[in-house]
Amino acid sequence: MLSRVAERMYWFGRYVERIENTARLISVNTNLVLDLPHVKYIWGSLLSITGYEKQFFERFSVEDERNIIKFLLDDDSCSIMMSVRMARENARTTREIMPNEAWEKINRLYLYLQKNIQKGVKRDGRHQLLKDITAQCQELNGYLAGCMSADEAWAFMKIGSDLERADMTTRILDVGCLNLLNTEHPEIREQETILWMNVLQSLTAYQMYRQHVDDTVNGEDVAAFLLLDEKFPRSVAHCLYDVNEAFRSLPNHEMPLKNITQTQRNISHADIPKLLGGPGLHKFIDDLQSDMASIHGDIAATWFGYDN
Amino acid sequence: MDLKSYRPSINAYDELFLAGARSRPGLAEVGKFLKKSSLRDLNRRRSDAELAIRSMGITFTVYSDGSNIDREWPFDIIPRTILKKEWDQVELGLKQRLQALNLFITDVYNDQKIIKDKIIPREILASSKDYREFCEGVTPIFGVWAHICGTDLIRDGDGTIYVLEDNLRVPSGVSYMLENRNISKRVLPELFENYEVLPMDNYPSQLLETLSAISPRPSDLPEIVVLTPGIYNSAYFEHSFLAQRMGAELVEGSDLVVGDDDHVYMKTVAGLSRVDVIYRRIDDLFLDPEVFNKDSVLGVPGLMRAWKKGHVALANAPGAGVADDKVVYTYVPDMIRYYLGEDPILPNVPSYMCSDKVQRQHVLENLENLVVKPANESGGYGMYIGPRESKRRTAEMKRLIKSNPRNYIAQPIINLSTVPTLCDNSIEPRHVDLRPFVLQGDRSFVTAGGLTRVALVKGSLVVNSSQGGGSKDTWIIEPIKKGKRR
Repeated sequence: MLSRVAERMYWFGRYVERIENTARLISVNTNLVLDLPHVKYIWGSLLSITGYEKQFFERFSVEDERNIIKFLLDDDSCSIMMSVRMARENARTTREIMPNEAWEKINRLYLYLQKNIQKGVKRDGRHQLLKDITAQCQELNGYLAGCMSADEAWAFMKIGSDLERADMTTRILDVGCLNLLNTEHPEIREQETILWMNVLQSLTAYQMYRQHVDDTVNGEDVAAFLLLDEKFPRSVAHCLYDVNEAFRSLPNHEMPLKNITQTQRNISHADIPKLLGGPGLHKFIDDLQSDMASIHGDIAATWFGYDN
Repeated sequence: MDLKSYRPSINAYDELFLAGARSRPGLAEVGKFLKKSSLRDLNRRRSDAELAIRSMGITFTVYSDGSNIDREWPFDIIPRTILKKEWDQVELGLKQRLQALNLFITDVYNDQKIIKDKIIPREILASSKDYREFCEGVTPIFGVWAHICGTDLIRDGDGTIYVLEDNLRVPSGVSYMLENRNISKRVLPELFENYEVLPMDNYPSQLLETLSAISPRPSDLPEIVVLTPGIYNSAYFEHSFLAQRMGAELVEGSDLVVGDDDHVYMKTVAGLSRVDVIYRRIDDLFLDPEVFNKDSVLGVPGLMRAWKKGHVALANAPGAGVADDKVVYTYVPDMIRYYLGEDPILPNVPSYMCSDKVQRQHVLENLENLVVKPANESGGYGMYIGPRESKRRTAEMKRLIKSNPRNYIAQPIINLSTVPTLCDNSIEPRHVDLRPFVLQGDRSFVTAGGLTRVALVKGSLVVNSSQGGGSKDTWIIEPIKKGKRR
């Protein structure tokens, strides 16, 4: 498989995952606002999850709901529209290996959003729009899972989407922790359970958490579930396990495999209660994110022909 | 639809209807279908087709104001029909023509017998901008240079099919031909029940077979790639389409490298991997910066070296363009007689060589009704179109021909045939041309039909998609006899 094509498949996987994650994030937080109408910073924390504050303030001055939603829906930084455009562009340049209908589906999503993305700015149209986006992403993923051979192209796509997913999980967890640990708002402390539930729901993890963790919704268990649970498909441990598996199916995998195994070991040794006691978890997640960035570097150097 | 108002032009041949909207023999079903369909029904099918084109992402790229715009492919739902009996002859004619052209290319780069035998004057080669000295002494496998040829055919007022142009460099359009068929199957499924429409979707396998046949490592499973200039090329859609249908890698110049051993390799996730056959979709002059255009970033340094040593096959071979030169075109019927000892099956558009005294006289007397082309120019430059020109320009043309007769050829104006086309609120005749695709390796193939381009503007003869042209599915049909109906 051509290095250039491998790279495009990888980014295709990442962007498709990002579309869905962003849509869920907006959707869950829109609901949360209805539960906690007095908490002002919810939208701001959504912005910090993306890590694109700088770009936001270049375009907007106030971080209110309307502006942040506009930014997340249609902007050149990290918006849904941007991710769809990039996913489509990567699909367009790999049409010779992508199953036909997959291209048709991402193209249809693109055309649909070109027409309808603005409907999400106001609350009344938002739910339907986000539901449509998630459904179309699921349809695409289902189609790919059912119709694409588990070949190298598939492996690169899977690596891209798993890394993106793990990255998003750490970001959401990080913002949840920061808000709770550093907050001076007394009403947030009171609503701690609601906020942790929100973290879970942002990752569609609430139901699985309930089924697999025999306790109340609390910080320690949520963090452990999202970082360490091996069975939940959006936990960092599970995503990295999948990436590890995909690496093994590819040629020349020694170096990236060695590094990802080290990262996995670090996670499994994490002492969550101790980390939750202070700023430790934030630092831990920071390190984890830079590990994942270097995994990306390993991939680019090994298979895409970049210098390390 | 009421077709009483359908009026084919007096000078043009309508391929479906005779006067009074009576269908031509054997083609009644399409006519019947149009007559019994309401405008609403046809418009619904048209919007179904547009929706299919959008969601399938069938686009072509146009350049405008320095940027690239991806436009959706313009398509008319009413198919163009040609009887198989007539097509069989066209097919033979196309194969014959490409055979002769390939023999000619081998000859001009080697012994130049056709020149020594004074069939073709030497000056013509000297003046061809597509003659590549680099290719002298080379004979590719099977003596084939042009493996893929797109031949433009037009039909005159009396129904005769002529060859207007041979495209031997990087002819495009075949993917649109195939997608057009997919769209008609979606929007006109019932019409297929009444005919045997010859399928055309075996083209990618025939192309793959042709390319595999020319591999320098015939015993192994050859590694075949499609070389594209990239996403910004107007035919990128087609490049990726063909690569996908053949299961070949779609590569850009930067994906390939020529090793110290003069073999071509592609950069893969497993390291370098040898390439046997390159279906190149970039022009000769951009193929190899070491030999041709030094500034080309599209090509692969050393590629010509590898090709000349026979380590990699290129389709089409560099230098093949020497045979689709406008003046060389006029000699193709002579080539067919010379190399094959056969009479040409498909006629050229008659051309008058102004260097011949009798022919020149005819040209000068009938200038107002002729097209005059300078021998050394291509791409329509300096073309004189009799009926459209001023008296002053006609007088000037006469002077030019008299002073330098060898530099001009003249052709009668061919009024392209028409086919019923769905216009705003009615069905009207519109002019069409046809580009079938011909393959030659160890065997020859011709597509069943081709890409029909249609001038959507009333009376216009311009079929280019960038200038308001559309396209139609082309059906080569065998009427189903009574009792045999499915």
